[in-house]
Amino acid sequence: MWEYTEKVKDHFFNPRNVGEIEDADGTGEVGSLACGDALKLTFKLDDKGKIKDARFKTFGCASAIATSSVLTEIIKGMTLEQAAKVTNKDIADFLGGLPEQKMHCSVMGREALEAAIENYRSGGRRKHHLEGRVVCNCFGVTKKEIERVIRENDLTTVEQVTNYCKAGGGCGGCKGEIEKIIENIQGEKAGKVLETTPRWAGKLTNIQKIQLIQQTINEQIRPALRADGGDIELIDVDVDKVIVALRGMCAQCALANITMRDLVEAKLREFVSGEICVEEAKDAPGEQGDKR
Amino acid sequence: MKTIYFDNNATTKVADEVFEEIKPYFSELYGNPSSMHTFGGQVGIKIREAREKVAALLACDPGEIIFTGCGTESDNAAIKGTLAAYPNKRKVITTRVEHPAVLSVCRDLENHGYTIIELPVDRQGRLNTSQLEEYLDDDTAIVSVMYANNETGVIFPVEKIAELVTGKGVIFHTDAVQAVGKIPLNLSKSNIDLLSLSGHKLHAPKGIGVLYVRKGTRLAPFMLGGHQEGGRRAGTENVPGIIGLGRACELAAKNIEQENKKVRRLRDKLESAILKRCPDCMLNGDKENRLPNTSNISFEYVEGEAILLMLDKFGICASSGSACTSGSLEPSHVLRAMGVPFTAAHGSIRFSLSRYNTDDEIDCTIEKIPGIINRLRELSPFVAK
Repeated sequence: MWEYTEKVKDHFFNPRNVGEIEDADGTGEVGSLACGDALKLTFKLDDKGKIKDARFKTFGCASAIATSSVLTEIIKGMTLEQAAKVTNKDIADFLGGLPEQKMHCSVMGREALEAAIENYRSGGRRKHHLEGRVVCNCFGVTKKEIERVIRENDLTTVEQVTNYCKAGGGCGGCKGEIEKIIENIQGEKAGKVLETTPRWAGKLTNIQKIQLIQQTINEQIRPALRADGGDIELIDVDVDKVIVALRGMCAQCALANITMRDLVEAKLREFVSGEICVEEAKDAPGEQGDKR
Repeated sequence: MKTIYFDNNATTKVADEVFEEIKPYFSELYGNPSSMHTFGGQVGIKIREAREKVAALLACDPGEIIFTGCGTESDNAAIKGTLAAYPNKRKVITTRVEHPAVLSVCRDLENHGYTIIELPVDRQGRLNTSQLEEYLDDDTAIVSVMYANNETGVIFPVEKIAELVTGKGVIFHTDAVQAVGKIPLNLSKSNIDLLSLSGHKLHAPKGIGVLYVRKGTRLAPFMLGGHQEGGRRAGTENVPGIIGLGRACELAAKNIEQENKKVRRLRDKLESAILKRCPDCMLNGDKENRLPNTSNISFEYVEGEAILLMLDKFGICASSGSACTSGSLEPSHVLRAMGVPFTAAHGSIRFSLSRYNTDDEIDCTIEKIPGIINRLRELSPFVAK
């Protein structure tokens, strides 16, 4: 069902300021066909430096079109200094709110506005370029951009960040990094993982322990690695020493050590025993055959 | 405003005949079919009749029909029940374009140490089975291939695959949720071991499904409790659902010819008019080997959700494989598996008809669509300037 406000519907069915200004002072283009939405924003200034006209062309869902339309309405009459202060939240609020998973449309509007202002200030030479290091390769989202949506919208979970700027919504490989960015900004507010307490206080027999380790790997660890195109295999258990081999993408991953400590060891300590330490198998047998 | 319903692969209207038939079973004939007394027992007789009607549509034995709660339950039960019956086999073969009721189950099994093989499809959505024979080995417990795809309507060569698979001693399951009632089936002459169907896709109410289990097929019971359904699926029967499904199957058997002719004619009329009147659009899926009611069309440079919302304003109901309709960021896994480019996958619309659609509805839709697409393209930055 359409969970859009009347205002969103109005701007979708009757979009304002559609088109492209021919001799625009500033042009901002963001998004792409592959991403599922894209916006081209153009504006013209009057002699006092205020935005006289703004037009848009948008490919995307109803909320992408509505946010673009309302954005042109918001910025008309503003100076560039005022316009530069418009946040994605302002755009969403103007529409009476957007569904959570559509918030990225409002972020796209703000990005296009920024790109257009940047384009004007550089004398029309500069096009929008990505600033800072790219965290999400699938959707080309930078660390700076992620930090910004977290601050402006007070986000605390990776899922929210994905809803707001798409980062983490493709292969999911950057979710761990997004988590860290959230933690750096939000500190204690970040979606905290519970303190690890061993589920089995009693003494396990060796067979019980090995079974529990295998079960924890299957249920808790493997799904997380699979999301990143990797896999894990249990090689051996020697008292509290668990020997595993990382497979697929994880095998070549530069962050394998972190994966071992923060994921594999942490989960095994949480679900099996606090004494567990994990080692990576040396000379592990090669890749398994064709699986999928 | 009149509703024009072209979303029959999602769910269908309960046929008037079905509704009339099931009404008494709510407040008058509410007895438990397992009871000893005549009041409940008479309901048991009706259930037996319904089972016979379902079996007649599939051309199988009534004893091979297990009533379930929905198509998804049937799919889950078929796969998990087979794996439980063959605990030493650790491999499942399926396709990349299955309904989530099968695909999610398989991908979850993967987390539990099973090997899952997903057969690919080509650009027309046709299944590539060239490697299936190589994959079939002693470790393979079950092969699950849908009869017809819900998004594109493409029909898979299930009978041929069943012959190959069962010839190697492997269990074959098919999710025939979209096929039953649209394609004539004859399970007595088929090698299919397990088949899922769902009532609400063929004008029965929601909440009733069937798992066909060929006689002699080992399947672990999937709901323990009472002795209902031969102990394989315990739980008091959904009496109105079962009786409604029986009647719906009877109607389907009667209407299958009509549906094939009338619905196909309406679908083709809608499809060819859209393809003719709208530039830059294309049909997704094999044009020939397809369900008679389904048409999946991609409109380039526009996004599916926007099209649906515009159609919705005119009371026209369709669905889309676009990412934005699901709240996810990736468009339909079916279209992506077919290699439909992102540019077209985002703007795909599925029209799925039923015998209740009329020429007037088709004409009205044909009239509206070019305007909607043009309007959205005027907004789009990608259309050639």
